[in-house]
Amino acid sequence: MHEPLVFDETASRAEDEWLVETRAAPSQGADLLRFVISGSVDDGKSTLLGRLLYDSQRLRDDELANLVKDSARYGSRGDEIDFALLVDGLAAEREQGITIDVAYRYFATRRRSFIVADTPGHEQYTRNMATGASTADVAVILLDARKGLTAQTRRHLFIVSMLGIRRVVIAVNKMDLVAFARERFDLIADQCRQMTDRLDLASLDFVPVSATSGDNIVNGSRAMPWYRGPTLLRLLETVPVGEERTSASFRFPVQWVTRPNADFRGYGGMIASGSAAPGARVICHPSGQTAAIGQILVGGKPVLRARAGQSVLLTLTADLDVARGDVIVAEAGAIKLVREAQAHLFWMDDQPLRKGRSFIARIGTSTATATVAAIDHAIDVDDYREVDAEAVDVNGLAGVTIAFDRPMPLVPYRECRDLGGFILIDRISNDTVALGLIVAEAGGEGKADGAITRTGRRLGRLGALRDRAFARLRRTPERPLRSLFKALTWRTTGSVDTFILSFIFTGSAKVSAAISGTELMTKLLLYYGHERIWARIKFGLRGLSAEPRRHRRDPAARSAFQP
Amino acid sequence: MKPLSHLDWLEAESVYILREVAAECRNPVLLYSIGKDSSVLLHLAAKAFYPGRIPFPVLHIDTTWKFRDMIAFRDRRAAELGLRLIVHTNRDGLVQGIDPFRSGSRLYTDVMKTQALRQALDLYGFDAAIGGARRDEEKSRAKERIFSLRAPQHRWDPRRQRPEPWRLYNTRLAPGESVRVFPLSNWTELDVWMYIEREEIPIVPLYFAADRPVVRRDGTLLMRDDDRLELQPGETVETRKVRFRTLGCYPLTGAIESNAASVAQIVAETAGLRRSERDGRLIDHDASASMEQKKREGYF
Repeated sequence: MHEPLVFDETASRAEDEWLVETRAAPSQGADLLRFVISGSVDDGKSTLLGRLLYDSQRLRDDELANLVKDSARYGSRGDEIDFALLVDGLAAEREQGITIDVAYRYFATRRRSFIVADTPGHEQYTRNMATGASTADVAVILLDARKGLTAQTRRHLFIVSMLGIRRVVIAVNKMDLVAFARERFDLIADQCRQMTDRLDLASLDFVPVSATSGDNIVNGSRAMPWYRGPTLLRLLETVPVGEERTSASFRFPVQWVTRPNADFRGYGGMIASGSAAPGARVICHPSGQTAAIGQILVGGKPVLRARAGQSVLLTLTADLDVARGDVIVAEAGAIKLVREAQAHLFWMDDQPLRKGRSFIARIGTSTATATVAAIDHAIDVDDYREVDAEAVDVNGLAGVTIAFDRPMPLVPYRECRDLGGFILIDRISNDTVALGLIVAEAGGEGKADGAITRTGRRLGRLGALRDRAFARLRRTPERPLRSLFKALTWRTTGSVDTFILSFIFTGSAKVSAAISGTELMTKLLLYYGHERIWARIKFGLRGLSAEPRRHRRDPAARSAFQP
Repeated sequence: MKPLSHLDWLEAESVYILREVAAECRNPVLLYSIGKDSSVLLHLAAKAFYPGRIPFPVLHIDTTWKFRDMIAFRDRRAAELGLRLIVHTNRDGLVQGIDPFRSGSRLYTDVMKTQALRQALDLYGFDAAIGGARRDEEKSRAKERIFSLRAPQHRWDPRRQRPEPWRLYNTRLAPGESVRVFPLSNWTELDVWMYIEREEIPIVPLYFAADRPVVRRDGTLLMRDDDRLELQPGETVETRKVRFRTLGCYPLTGAIESNAASVAQIVAETAGLRRSERDGRLIDHDASASMEQKKREGYF
């Protein structure tokens, strides 16, 4: 472990214990969280990210030596280490001092591995923001405590929410430049909460940080004793991942068909949502034929159940004609095939989009011809309003009607990212010109299929209830020894009371001693057990929340863009 | 249900990428460097295409300066896995007498690796070359795409790279264009080692510490794999317990002193290691941002 170079290690003892944990390598069973981090130019995003890597000890000696060298040469922090240089890689960027492309960064703690999509802050790079957000479970949005909520923050919040990220952490940076003032932090948090009322978020958390000095990033903050919540890293380590995807209905886009010999026909692909076991009844789209799953192989080995996110090879009991691009789903969760759909488009080409243009669309594992039949409205990312538009400019966002060359098994993006997210490719340049999200079947009631939608919602609600129940059972900081001492002191007091009362009623010191003595032992155990149970319940506790503070949701105030 | 472990997640993603290449590309090839990342890549390919065989050939660019153990390992694995192995060497470079000592690492790498790779890709008309590069290796790779477009003449233009949302890879190519595909993009060095341990993947013995003849030159320990490494005045060959974190051409690959003789010990050492693995690669030290420059020129 190397010595910190430019900042004091002021962490308290409890935080030191925490550090030891984060420095260790991930265990074989550690899970993985993908998050996207974004902020306006100069919000200190690269510095924060560099700090996260530096403080979680993922830097090696030679990287550190290069960093010190580069800090002197390119740095903007005088003699101090410029953490931003750790993540600003391309030579062009260094010269301009900005980040121009999505960069991916990696670090790990014992509990979790992290993949970070580091997205540029400039508004003309909205496409990179959307790309980085498309694969993320959580979004970390950085803002400058001095500037508070800006138009850029609103845009970023909107984009992450459109891309289906339902957990957002707002890191209020540069707290050192506002004298670590709680009032400033609370004001910003309130502004953000008001604004996000219309976005469908499952959790919204706020952490006051200082990237340059490292406060509340990996280590806690001495300067902000008023903040009792988790540090940024701890929050990221404890956020639940992938729960919605696994609890949904089974959907499997066929990626690759293999027939190594006449007796074996297998369908390879990644499970988009839900889970399945051999014997499960399935329906194949678009043919509509049904069969049962024969075998499920993961990495060549048969398994009893496979779930969302796993690359598998399936066999079916019936000999069906299934090809790449087809979708196999649970028989009870049939998908309605649609030829026209309403979609949101992030337009990324310099040449504006006009209606009637046709493209190559890639959605799931299928490729189709898609025509923009109508531009229904443009969406103003600043105030989330729909406005009339004839064309969509680069980095613009629009609601459109897309017509496919054949009926397609599509699912609204909100329900399934893999079957609702698509790209449009220009036929001539072969460039990826748009990123799209299926909203609903065109002309429908906003639901691609009533039955699936209802089931999905019910499962989603169950998942949320389960989350909340588990969150309450999560540990609070009371140690067992403390509970034992509490039990002893209370029971001694109680037994003295019992002895006195018994003596008053019975007049016998012997009987009173027997009652209070027996009671001391039995109630001691009962009290201890009772106390340990309460130590795991967070109900009614102030300020110790490890669970993301839940954001109030008001269905009436929801955005009109949701399916 | 518990979320997938991070290794299961990485495996699933890599298998998906490999299958995507098989389904979408006309004439793919897997670049096999014999190193640990290549070993993981082959293992993943075997899983992805089970019960069939890996549906594309495997290409090794032989500079004639690889460690002898690497070549022996390559031939053994190719036979065991039934690979269609193609070995290519830049004969023009040999004729011109390019070697890693006299020509300098920059020219040598350009001729014997970069040019050799281009020759082979053009010769066989491959439109997709699958490699084991990872984003965590070097800063300029942090922004590399999983399907990375190369213009004719194999040029990499950072500003023309296509966005890759979700798992939607745009595999369409114009004549003369090709893609480099990196299924291990999201893996870190530690992930690679943990996976090798979990899956018991065979790797070249040079990764394990053993007594080896080494020469200290410019602060780096070089192994004297054969007598083409001529001693300079004052240098002596000594026997030290060393291992390699990456493998390439022996005159350009630094050894580290280590006692790690098993994968488990390497995992433990890597988790606490304080030098990044590219530190042992001499070609990266030429200049800051040198890898970006090399990529623009067509280096893998």
